[in-house]
Parts: sequence; structure tokens; C-alpha cells
Amino acid sequence: MQRKPHSGMPVADAVQVLIDHRASGQIVVTNQGAARLWPKLSRRPLDLHYNPSTMGGAIPLALGLALAQTQREVLVVSGDGALLMSLGALVTVSGSGAANLTVVVLDNGLYEVTGGQKTPATAAVDFAGLAKSAGFPSAYRFRDLAVWREQAAAALSAAGPRFISLEVEPMPPEYLRSPTPPLAEQIVEFRREVGGRVEISSVQSCCRAGS
Amino acid sequence: MFSGPEIAATLAELDFTHVVWIPDSATGPWETALAAAPALRLVRVCREGEAWPLAAGLHLGGQQPLVVLQTTGLFESGDALRNVLLDMRLPLYALIGVRSELVADSRDSARTFAEPILRAWGLDCVWLRAAADRTKFVEHVRRCRQEQKPGAALLAEGPP
Repeated sequence: MQRKPHSGMPVADAVQVLIDHRASGQIVVTNQGAARLWPKLSRRPLDLHYNPSTMGGAIPLALGLALAQTQREVLVVSGDGALLMSLGALVTVSGSGAANLTVVVLDNGLYEVTGGQKTPATAAVDFAGLAKSAGFPSAYRFRDLAVWREQAAAALSAAGPRFISLEVEPMPPEYLRSPTPPLAEQIVEFRREVGGRVEISSVQSCCRAGS
Repeated sequence: MFSGPEIAATLAELDFTHVVWIPDSATGPWETALAAAPALRLVRVCREGEAWPLAAGLHLGGQQPLVVLQTTGLFESGDALRNVLLDMRLPLYALIGVRSELVADSRDSARTFAEPILRAWGLDCVWLRAAADRTKFVEHVRRCRQEQKPGAALLAEGPP
């Protein structure tokens, strides 16, 4: 199925639905464009906005958190470009048996943070279909904001792990230009909220060391 | 070098909680013992680039993961390693199989670049060349934890 370029829901409205349905104690992981948009709309200590990140790394990171914090729900919001770099992660998630994880992909067909270049996908990719094939018990695809709003509660409480594809418009510049909170500060806040032992390395990055 | 039950017992002794892995021909035979170890959970990934952020999530969630992969996968996952160990500064530990290390005069590039690449990333690493090196492994893991820094053990392997 051909996709009309830049078609879909306004991305901030689509993400706001996720924020509105967020449960207390839920961990949220974002990356790339979502890591710039989400913190402008909402900030909580259990947020981990993973940007700049290894593209495709947010879903495995969220899976690790879901396996470690089995008493909590974990929500990860990835871009379609990042997901395309690590499609196997869908199989890793379903194979892990982590039922407390929801994977959301914001699908706009673009590498957004680099200026909006097209991904290799020339047709609409059925990410929900891929997730279903990978073994997700629940997989949904929404293109219309009213329908997404109406069905979000059911989709977010379906049997996990869950997968939700949201076809969205490109992100407005005011969000793309918004900085992601410093990762080091987020980790400190996050570990305080999660509790338990989380060491931070004494090794500095090469850049920080000035080498 | 190490049998499955030996490595499972050693990892349990070191309080590792999860093994995040893609096996190779040397570590693959450990699968049954690792999967059966009551104190460990074996997490299978599709690609080495997933292993590092997954281990990071486990660590941030309060667990103690070990990443197990081969040098070929190490090369593939360099950016994920950089992000997790250097940007996020998480002191994760990895056990990395080095293909052909035990083959005299091997020209296998998977062997040639293993240690130099780890050194380039700034990782403290130790070689495990025989079963007697188990103690060296245990001490190295404990030292890295004490110093809160990432580390790796290089497992010398035979031909592919």
C-alpha cells in the first residue's frame, strides 16, 4: 500500500494520548524525535529520554528495564527509522516473555532528527503486522487521532508485550529544536526513583577526557 | 575451557543475575547449564547491538547482567557499546569469545583486532586462555565492580 507522504496524526496529539494514559509507576523510554517531544509535554522521574542514542537501542534498553522491574509497566516510544535499524528487537522482545512492555513506534517515514530525509521504505510498512509475526500477542495500527483516542485504553491494557504503530505527521520544528534533558541528570533521577543498586562508571568518555 | 556447569556456578558466585548473549561455537555448549541455573536468567538477543542497551536497562533496573558475545559481534556492536559504556557510563561487564586465538599463526582478523579494539574503547580487559584462569576472571570482575568501571574478559577460542 502506497503511503501519502507526511500523512497521519499530529504527532504531539498522538503522544499526548500516551501521556494521558500513563499509569503511576510506569517507566517511559524514548529516543530520537520522541526524546525531544515527550519531555516538552511531560516530565517525571521515571522518564528516560535516550538521545543522542544508538539508533535502535531504545527498545532493547526498555526490555532490559522490563525484565529488571517486573512489577512495573514499561513504555518505549521509538521512531520508525530507529526500529528499521533493529527489527530483530521485535523477536527479542517477544522471545523474552516480558509481558510488562509496550512498544510504540511513531511512523512518519522519515529520519526526522537529521532533517527529514526519507527512510528506505517507499510504501507504508505494516509494523504492527511485523510485530504480530514476531510473536507479539497484541499489535495495533492507528492512523486517525479520534480512533486512537477512543481505543488507546484498550490497546494499552491488552496482553503484553504490546505493539502500537502510530502513523504521524512530521514533528513541528519547535519540538525538534527542543533539547533532551542531559542523560547523566536523568540517570541520577531515575535511579533514585527506581531504588536499588545502580553504579555509574568511574571511566570518563574519551571526549570528556579530552583525548 | 570451561564447562557449562562450571561457568554457571562461577557466574552465580559473582552474583550475575542475567546473561545477555549470542552464543558462538565455544560458548554455545553452555546454554543448557545457563538456562537451568536458578540464579541466572538467560536472555537471547538477535543481534549484538541489542545486547549492550538491553544489559544497560537491566543494570538501570538494579540487576547485574553479563554480556556474552563473540568478537565478530563485538565489532558489529561498537556504537551500542560506546553509547552504553561511555555516554551512559554504566559499568557493564562482558565475556567475549575470541575466535582463532588458540590457533598458532592464525591470520583470522576476528582475532587480530579483538584486544586493540577493546583497548581503543578504553575497556579494562583480561585474557582467559585455560580453565585455570577462572580465578583471574573472578578477580577481574570483582576489581572492575570495586572500581565501578566497565570490563571484559577475552575468552581464547579455537578455530571457527
